[in-house]
Amino acid sequence: MALAVDDRHARLEALAAARWRVALGLTIAMIAVYFGFIALIAFNRPLLATLVVPGLSLGILLGALVIVGAWVLTWIYVRWANVHYDTHLDRLNQPGP
Amino acid sequence: MPLLAQAAAPAATATTSIGQPNGVAMAFFFVFIGVTLAITWWAARRTRTTEHFYAAGRTVTAGQNGLALAGDYMSAASFLGIAGLVSTTGFDGLIYSTGWLVGWPVVLFLIAEPLRNLGRFTFTDVLALRLREVPVRIAAAVGALATVTLYLIAQMVGAGSLIRLMFGIPYEGAIAIVGVAMIAYVMFGGMLATTWVQIVKAALLLSGAALLAALVLARFHWNPAALFAAAAARYGDGVLAPGRLVSNPWDAVSLGLALMFGTAGLPHILMRFYTVPDARTARRSVFYATGLIGFFYLLTFILGFGAMVLVGPEAIRAVEAGGNMAAPLLAEFLGGRPFLGFIAAVAFATILAVVSGLTLAGAAALSHDLWVNVVHRGSADTVEELRVARLATLGLGVVAVLLGITFKGQNVAFMVSLAFAIAASANFPALVLAIFWRGCTTAGAVASMVLGTVGTLTLIYLSPTVQIDILKHAAAWFPLKNPALVTMPLSFAAGVIVSLVTARRSEAERYERVRRRMHLGAEE
Repeated sequence: MALAVDDRHARLEALAAARWRVALGLTIAMIAVYFGFIALIAFNRPLLATLVVPGLSLGILLGALVIVGAWVLTWIYVRWANVHYDTHLDRLNQPGP
Repeated sequence: MPLLAQAAAPAATATTSIGQPNGVAMAFFFVFIGVTLAITWWAARRTRTTEHFYAAGRTVTAGQNGLALAGDYMSAASFLGIAGLVSTTGFDGLIYSTGWLVGWPVVLFLIAEPLRNLGRFTFTDVLALRLREVPVRIAAAVGALATVTLYLIAQMVGAGSLIRLMFGIPYEGAIAIVGVAMIAYVMFGGMLATTWVQIVKAALLLSGAALLAALVLARFHWNPAALFAAAAARYGDGVLAPGRLVSNPWDAVSLGLALMFGTAGLPHILMRFYTVPDARTARRSVFYATGLIGFFYLLTFILGFGAMVLVGPEAIRAVEAGGNMAAPLLAEFLGGRPFLGFIAAVAFATILAVVSGLTLAGAAALSHDLWVNVVHRGSADTVEELRVARLATLGLGVVAVLLGITFKGQNVAFMVSLAFAIAASANFPALVLAIFWRGCTTAGAVASMVLGTVGTLTLIYLSPTVQIDILKHAAAWFPLKNPALVTMPLSFAAGVIVSLVTARRSEAERYERVRRRMHLGAEE
């Protein structure tokens, strides 16, 4: 019995650590994407003024891509949480060994 | 590009009926008020307990909460303000479009699920779970009330001037209408009515903005690049690149920080996670909200440049110097007075919904955090708490109306940045430390929240916005318009250092409970 509790505790520890790693990694990715964009606005305006195609400057394209990037990162997280995190949670919630 | 120049009709001389009573706007507006009051009546009959009043009985689905989160978040500032900024400055306005979205992934990764599992009604519950209740509740409620009040003043002042502009109603009358409607929604219908008001508003705003963008794109062969090219052809390539709005690079970084992490500290947003049944639903609701809000901010690219090309910055500034009438003017140009009326009513609904959400969050801080859990040490019964929550709503609504009238004509842009800076510096660091760090102590969390609030207020007072723009001094003590770059790291540092100094074994041991509940929920 004590062993089962210990095992359960260890699995929760591992799950907490995994969730923290994923959450922190994705947060850092979002910070990198957004502040990369802000840094270009702040320190390299000529680059953002470059036209990719007539009418579409690199600045506008990257701005739209920041929004798309935010979507992609949330999608990655939700995928991970649905597939891995929830599965482990369900296993932890099951009674018995 | 002769074709594009042709597509853009000259419009600098366009006349507008903005400011004259508009029958269509009135009709849409009364339909909205009628529908939302009917919802409130329906919700009031179902609001019997605190669980209903604060959290809509925890029955809201992921899709509904996603829409409601979007409704709470997409304020008139983002609809009218960003469209106006883009139409008059070009690219610079888009900095806000991106900045106001990137906070949402942070909410999803760090806050939404733990918050749902750890609390009952407010984000303060999370802190109270593992730390000494009275000091953290007081500190967190002060941070929450400061955020809510500042945001509320900004929305009320904006509401008064916009409604006067669009409907020709006097400023004070407009504020009183907003005040009465929001008090009715929140006081009688609680979270259930507020949630449905947000859902109706979000659907209206998204469809209105999408229709407007579609009408713009239809004139440019459904090619956004053709629209941007037409803007550049008329007003120079400069409108497609960063301009003078970001004169100080560190200001841009500081604002970005406040927008990104402030979202994860807004009490009315955080409160929404208690309306869903469990953490998984909370997760999915943020996913939907991020999609909807991102879509909306992409539309602001089209609306802003559309107004620049089709209406023209001069005509927009002539109606209102701040550019806030760009989207309504664009609607009038594309669809005449009926469409202007529809968009004006949508903007009104937007303001009404946002102030309702804010009032509910403020009332929860007053009644649930301060009255019940500090004054009564958690022993008040449900009937009494409900009564106090309703009285708090009434009081807060009246205060909001009075503040809205007091701050008439003031520059309120700094209040929004202040609200976001306090949320990012006072609420967010303490939440993250309490959720994820075993070593966090009561003294550490309180130090972080107090320093975050006081530091932000002080630095805003010393900033160019207050010293130069408002007090007309020659120079400012603090160089940045937004203090988050300094106050957020400071608040984290204070939380960590004070926690390390006051480390206690008992509080670290209580963290085990937090960790279990954070993942497995309260049933464990």
